[in-house]
Amino acid sequence: MKKLRVLIVDDSSVMRKIVERSLRQAGIEVGEVLEAGNGAEALAEVQKSTFDLILCDINMPAMDGLEFLRNLSNVESAKGVPVVMITTEGSEARVVEALSVGARGYIRKPFTPEQVKERIAPLVGGAD
Amino acid sequence: MSSTFPQSAYQPVPPDPHWKGILECSAVEVFSIMLGVELAAFPGSFEDRHGEQTAIVGLAGALCGMVAIRCSSPTAKKIATLMLAADAASKPSMMGDALGELCNMVAGNFKSKVSTIADHCMLSMPTVIWGEHYEMQTFQSQEAFEVVLSFEGEPVWFSIVIQT
Repeated sequence: MKKLRVLIVDDSSVMRKIVERSLRQAGIEVGEVLEAGNGAEALAEVQKSTFDLILCDINMPAMDGLEFLRNLSNVESAKGVPVVMITTEGSEARVVEALSVGARGYIRKPFTPEQVKERIAPLVGGAD
Repeated sequence: MSSTFPQSAYQPVPPDPHWKGILECSAVEVFSIMLGVELAAFPGSFEDRHGEQTAIVGLAGALCGMVAIRCSSPTAKKIATLMLAADAASKPSMMGDALGELCNMVAGNFKSKVSTIADHCMLSMPTVIWGEHYEMQTFQSQEAFEVVLSFEGEPVWFSIVIQT
């Protein structure tokens, strides 16, 4: 099975590492993982290359996750790439907003690898 | 803060004494899920214990104030090591990042458990303070709840300060 090329977007380097580890613990076939510290950096990455999965925090400096999603819709090569928001936000309104501008799902921090599997596997067709 | 959160969209929510228990529950859940550690009430006195690492997350909207976690440097290092394994030891700056993220998650978990604020309160990005000889001053009256929990025998202070 093809290993996924993943972009993890979070202003915390700790969270980026935890998200990557959780993906692997969840049994998702992860290949190369690139990281971005905010939406602007993430946008630059998706304009340079293609990804199979994007995991993105909402609350970030410079460009937040919602603004990143809005900009992502203008990137032709990113069309169809599943974006899953990872957030501490208990606010349903912000999650609904993220889904309305293109996110395919969300995971609320704190999370377990099982929760990551439950949300990600159906989107990438792995970890059965 | 997001433009989707207009000032007119909320009414201030007064502090509730039950929030101390909710804060404790939020902290216990986050440490259990993210670190695999079960926090318990800290036994005995903690007056002479040190807490020179502080992480703060601001609250704005229906609830204004902050959530904070404070602990000693060795405890912060243990926490970071549990979160990151070997990476924490090689990069000391990760200690602050780890504590800040835990604070963020405790604040978010607390917020989601209080239905009156869940959709009407925003979190700031975490701030981390190194050292314990400081005073914080706000220019509005405030109410605070604090719980001290034991992490592997060492105290960790969790507090929420609410501007009233």
